[in-house]
Amino acid sequence: MSTLIAERPTAELASRPKAPKRRLRGESKLHPLVWVFVVAVMAFSLIPFYWLVNTSLKKGASLSQGELFPSQPTLENYLVVFQNPEFLLALRNSVIIAVVTTTVALVFASFAAYALARLKMRRKAMILTLILSVTTFPAIAIAAPMFSIWREIGLYDTLLGLIIPKLTFALPLAIYTLTSFFKEIPRELEESAYMDGATPFVAFRKVILPLAVPGLATTAILVFISVWNEFLLAVTLTTSPESRPVPVAIAFFSGTSEFDQPLGTISAASVIITVPLVILVLVCQKRIVSGMTAGAVKG
Amino acid sequence: MAIKTIPPSRGPVKTSGRDRAERKLAFRMTAPSLVIMALVAAVPIGYAIWLSLNQYSVRTAGLSRFVGLENYVTALASREWWAAFGQTFLFAGLSVSLELILGTAMALLLNLAFKGRAVLRTVVLLPYAIITVVSAITWQTMFQPNMGLVTNVLSTLGLPGGDVVWLGEHGYAMAVIVMADVWKTTPFAALIILAGLQVISAETYEAAELDGASKWQTFVNITLPLLRPAIVLAAIFRTMDALRVFDLPFVLTRGANGTESMSMLAYTQLRENRLVGEGSALSILTFLTVMVVSVIYVRFAGGNIRDVAKEEQ
Repeated sequence: MSTLIAERPTAELASRPKAPKRRLRGESKLHPLVWVFVVAVMAFSLIPFYWLVNTSLKKGASLSQGELFPSQPTLENYLVVFQNPEFLLALRNSVIIAVVTTTVALVFASFAAYALARLKMRRKAMILTLILSVTTFPAIAIAAPMFSIWREIGLYDTLLGLIIPKLTFALPLAIYTLTSFFKEIPRELEESAYMDGATPFVAFRKVILPLAVPGLATTAILVFISVWNEFLLAVTLTTSPESRPVPVAIAFFSGTSEFDQPLGTISAASVIITVPLVILVLVCQKRIVSGMTAGAVKG
Repeated sequence: MAIKTIPPSRGPVKTSGRDRAERKLAFRMTAPSLVIMALVAAVPIGYAIWLSLNQYSVRTAGLSRFVGLENYVTALASREWWAAFGQTFLFAGLSVSLELILGTAMALLLNLAFKGRAVLRTVVLLPYAIITVVSAITWQTMFQPNMGLVTNVLSTLGLPGGDVVWLGEHGYAMAVIVMADVWKTTPFAALIILAGLQVISAETYEAAELDGASKWQTFVNITLPLLRPAIVLAAIFRTMDALRVFDLPFVLTRGANGTESMSMLAYTQLRENRLVGEGSALSILTFLTVMVVSVIYVRFAGGNIRDVAKEEQ
């Protein structure tokens, strides 16, 4: 049962030569049951991925029999996806929507977050609570009226008509994450700028923003992923391939013909849009973790 | 001389002048975001309330009449609303409890020092890269009759469930949806809880060890209580998200077989059945349900959230 010990810095152990050897070994060696658990967690995380890729590489009988390893792996499903003009349009739409929404949200959020993190302000707690509560709004409560408004004024089924409501959730997420990043920047740096006669806004632009670049990057990644993932607004406010983003396109994806089992092609499309995000998560995992937990627990 | 408490270095006149300028700047910097959020959140919800008080002709565009709360009465008297209500809470209850239990276990694992911890951390984070629609499709491939890994393994082993059309049966369909959600979002819960775990100091554990506490006693009496704020926070985030569930039932069942959520019901009335008034009433009911739950959470479990809010002042 030496399994539930929290990790302790090894330096600390080294500095205490009297610490019994048994302990040192106990910490790097796990109880066999824990290894079983580690393997189980890995399997639970990875096997569904394997099955998705496996399904995407099969056709015909190999697909319908559910072979554990594709006996005749084929890239045909991928070709079908890339030859589908609607899928390519959806990719383009998703990139435009996610990039524009993320950029706009980040610009406005960085101003608001600086004021909330650093400046004296009336009703700050109320404003922050209000912003946080928006993140819990069910999207359907925005999508339903937007559907009617957009049809009246002609923004229904347009990219702009999707970007605007997506800001509802991108903006509070960006403000919340950025506020906790700005708070971590030591105050002394601004103080010295004030000594040199800088105004708070100059201190923000010349001192805080450059220092907050990692935090801005992290926030951008989180907002981008969340906008890319969003489905309800997208499916309610679009109807044609010209404005449908990827999640909606995949949800309505069908095979090449009526007789095809479309699951192979759908799996291939899923793999295609997942690979870039997996790479993003792998490259930026430290940032993503710090962003997800920023402000969650005070350290 | 009434303001004697102010330290001499910050003279009253200078301070209030600088304060006022700072407050003004703070207002200017937050105003654009607040205006945008009012326009994209508050205005639509206000308009939805107006829409929900009217009835709209399905045949003649633009024809409508004020009906007061009739749409709400219809919705609250309907079997569909209460079915969707119950199914949404069943989904949220099942998926959030599983995510918290699994998330705590994962967090404890990730907090151990062992070779391969970095690999585990990366692997655990992977499902976060998956969009919810793809998570739904992935689990559809796992449970597809004949083609799916789970169905094939079950029937090879002669276990029940191998010959079941999972998405076509009550109960089974909900199980697949819960699994797709747990797979995608447990990493999030785990990382929040891990952050809470890393704040607990090593001294606390050493003290417990000196007192002769067993590992299990340490976990129950020290780790869990100290971890409570992080677990509550993960629970709040996950519950609010789960009550809005839409993508998973939309892709997997289109709401059939006991999986229709509140959001799905409102969407179906609005888009498929073109009932703007009823659909809006249902979306406002969904909104109110989620808000009531969040208030209850913050009231009874979220002492830490109020502390954070207080600290902001």
